[in-house]
Amino acid sequence: MDTFDRRKLLQIAAAGSVLIPVGHSAFAAAAGAAPGGKRLVVVLLRGAVDGLNVVVPHAEAAYYDARPTIAIPQPGRDGGVLDLDGHFGLHPALASLMPQWRDGTLAFVHASGSPDTTRSHFDAQDYMESGTPGKKSTADGWMNRLLRELPLPRTPTSALSFGPTLPRIFSGPVDVATIPLGKAAANAIPLDRPLINAAFDQLYTGDDSLSRAYREGLESHKKVMKDLQSDMMAADNGAPSPITFGEDTAHLARLIKQDPRVNLAFFALGGWDTHVNQGNGEGQLANRLRPLAEGLASLATNLGKSYQDTVIVVMSEFGRTVHENGNRGTDHGHGNVMWVMGGGVAGGKVHGRWPGLDTASLNEKRDLAVTTDFRSVIAAVLAGHLNLTPEQIGTVLPDAPAGDLALIRA
Amino acid sequence: MSLETARFAMQNISFARHLADRLGYGPRPGDLDHVMHMGPDHWIEQQLHPASIPVPKDLAAGLAQFATLSMTPEDAFLRYGPPALRGTSPDERKVIQQEARIIPTEAMAARTLRAVYSPRQLEETLTDFWFNHFNVFVGKGLDRIWIGAYERDAIRPYVLGRFRDLLGATAKHPAMLFYLDNWQNTAPGAAGARGNFKGLNENYARELMELHTLGVDGGYTQDDVITLAKILTGWGFGGDGSRAGQKGRRPRGRGGDFVFADNRHDFSDKNFLGQKITGAGEAEGEQALDLLARHPATAQRISYKLAQYFLADEPPPAAVAAGAATFTKTDGDITAVLRTLFARGEFRDPATFGVRFKTPLRYVVSSVRATGATVRNVRPIYGMMMQLGQPLYGCQTPDGYKCTESAWLNPDAMTRRVTYAVALAAGRLPLSQIPETNGPPQRTGKPVPGNEPPTDVSALVATLGGISGTTKAVVAGAAPELRAALVLGSPDFMRC
Repeated sequence: MDTFDRRKLLQIAAAGSVLIPVGHSAFAAAAGAAPGGKRLVVVLLRGAVDGLNVVVPHAEAAYYDARPTIAIPQPGRDGGVLDLDGHFGLHPALASLMPQWRDGTLAFVHASGSPDTTRSHFDAQDYMESGTPGKKSTADGWMNRLLRELPLPRTPTSALSFGPTLPRIFSGPVDVATIPLGKAAANAIPLDRPLINAAFDQLYTGDDSLSRAYREGLESHKKVMKDLQSDMMAADNGAPSPITFGEDTAHLARLIKQDPRVNLAFFALGGWDTHVNQGNGEGQLANRLRPLAEGLASLATNLGKSYQDTVIVVMSEFGRTVHENGNRGTDHGHGNVMWVMGGGVAGGKVHGRWPGLDTASLNEKRDLAVTTDFRSVIAAVLAGHLNLTPEQIGTVLPDAPAGDLALIRA
Repeated sequence: MSLETARFAMQNISFARHLADRLGYGPRPGDLDHVMHMGPDHWIEQQLHPASIPVPKDLAAGLAQFATLSMTPEDAFLRYGPPALRGTSPDERKVIQQEARIIPTEAMAARTLRAVYSPRQLEETLTDFWFNHFNVFVGKGLDRIWIGAYERDAIRPYVLGRFRDLLGATAKHPAMLFYLDNWQNTAPGAAGARGNFKGLNENYARELMELHTLGVDGGYTQDDVITLAKILTGWGFGGDGSRAGQKGRRPRGRGGDFVFADNRHDFSDKNFLGQKITGAGEAEGEQALDLLARHPATAQRISYKLAQYFLADEPPPAAVAAGAATFTKTDGDITAVLRTLFARGEFRDPATFGVRFKTPLRYVVSSVRATGATVRNVRPIYGMMMQLGQPLYGCQTPDGYKCTESAWLNPDAMTRRVTYAVALAAGRLPLSQIPETNGPPQRTGKPVPGNEPPTDVSALVATLGGISGTTKAVVAGAAPELRAALVLGSPDFMRC
């Protein structure tokens, strides 16, 4: 329905583009009242982050027994966890998120994950992105289906994917803007010159996949350039973050500030597959977690008031083995922890049902069990935050089990 | 020329273009005439026997300047690995690590020059294919210094050989042993189980079945993963820091060479994929590789992947089945499987010509080939592949880069390709300028504008054997200085 209309508009705009530059014209007409102004940001940690060392059950002896060299010490000790609720503690490298925990806008859902027990990274990520665990034939990603359920009108930057390639989670019939990582996001290109623009436009007037991608790319480039540049001077009262993720979340915050109609954004971060020497309070995993936490914390700050309308979900395809392996690392496991952050989040709490770490409670005697389906977590956000109806949620996440998570404050 | 002759000539040239596009990285000036003159089937057969095609002197001379291309893994390990770093100050360490960057830099340059200039084009696309199938990541520790040796020793000699040989060569190469952690895979409680070598590591065993052979639905279980990990305990490389024999007397191996550490191996009898494997040390691993290489699921998976790479994103099932049958009948002869696929009607149907979206690698290399540019500096090429999300040797995950449209087509990719096409056609990429430094391009580095001759549009169109009617019309109506850019940035040229 809507996508057809939008393409039609684009087509008309593109066909006449020798005279009318393909710019905001197509959307200016469509952009009436702003949609809800609520947004969801998803961060996928590809490679299976070790959730037991992210939100650590520090009150359980079984945790320390299973991990002689890689356990994070108890609160108060050297390199120890930051206590959350007496039972769980946060990895010390995530310290920059403690303000959000304390002000009650950061929550965790422990022992969450996929009902499918595959230990293949690729299958598990595929399921988490299609939103249909166990079913490989699903053609589109759940964030693309979600985009179709959100109120119209759409803008060229309604949905933003950070990185050079479009991830599975966003694949589908509605076009999504891809934002280059780092500084390249605001570079000028030859297509900014009217003569070159007009000539290339004539090559891409059709309704084929390349033409659509070309037109969408040009639209979002122009908008992103404009939005980033107009705010660049004002917002940059310090050196840009040396860490790409921090730079990219800063870009996101600016784009939202310029035009709050950004509804969806997606980031993927790699490097979590810690089979060897993963470290404890310091080391490989800590070095990955730190910039992630800093990027998220600065996003929360930079969003300002918009933080109230934003929910950020951090997830990973599965967890890792409870026991450390022979190489001071961990192998592929099952249950993990999901992070949920935002102004309206019922935070300061570790949600979900904790199954414990005694052998009888483990999945296949080796992994943290899954007691909350990852789709229930997302569904709770879709319902409480984006105000989707149960029918709409059923379209985005078919067969998602009804959960009773009170993740969003009423 | 009669109408009939003209149609025949057109069919011929479009098939020649199809072959150049699919078996290779697209035509260079004169290539299509060469294919037509030789006859398409003869050309295919010659590509299947690359040793019969002479390497041009210029290319050989270009490659000869890269000294590290002939470096063994052992030499690289001694010169840049832990033995070289032992007892050094942080500053000395930095210098050595800086020097070590020459290895990936030269490997990258060699791969690019070969892709652009080698007349053994199928050998080059297959090197890309098999490297991705048995992917290792240049950014992981020691793989930085073994990346070139891995491609040279474990991939290139076997791209048209027997699958079992390829599988065995990758399994024993230190780059793979390191990348998927098998070098530390140790039987718990074995005599040599100490320090970082205390227990099983399933990483390689799992990917060996899921990605390299059977495929995720190939019928194995978690028990098979654990058993295969046990079978492969002790497969590692010399100089790994573990010790041979009692009480750690001397290190095993020269360093960087394949070793079987029997004191870290699980010698129990095992049941793998329903077959009994008698505890026998290294031979168990060979037996497991035999089983995996000959498994019907492997034949199916390899044929599927090759058909996907050369035919279509969703390869025709009949072609896949035919390729798999050849794989089984010939005990995994890759040349024979490809001959089967290239003979299929599905491959030769003109309706399938020019419909596939090029990967960044294909797009960038084919554009440089088509313009006939002189390449002495590969950095602009490498930089573009990086921007498009496909840096050479830069795929972090073991599944390698995909070759499908859905993986690479997105809005940002299109604007970047057009940006690149404009720069290349205008001669602004410094391709013929020998770079001052050898390092890979930096994120923050300012690009040096090139001063190359602009691409001549009529020569370009002739090289390509024509362009589509739409593109022709747009090009004809455009400003002269934009015409070549429009061809290189056209939908026709984005596809192959």
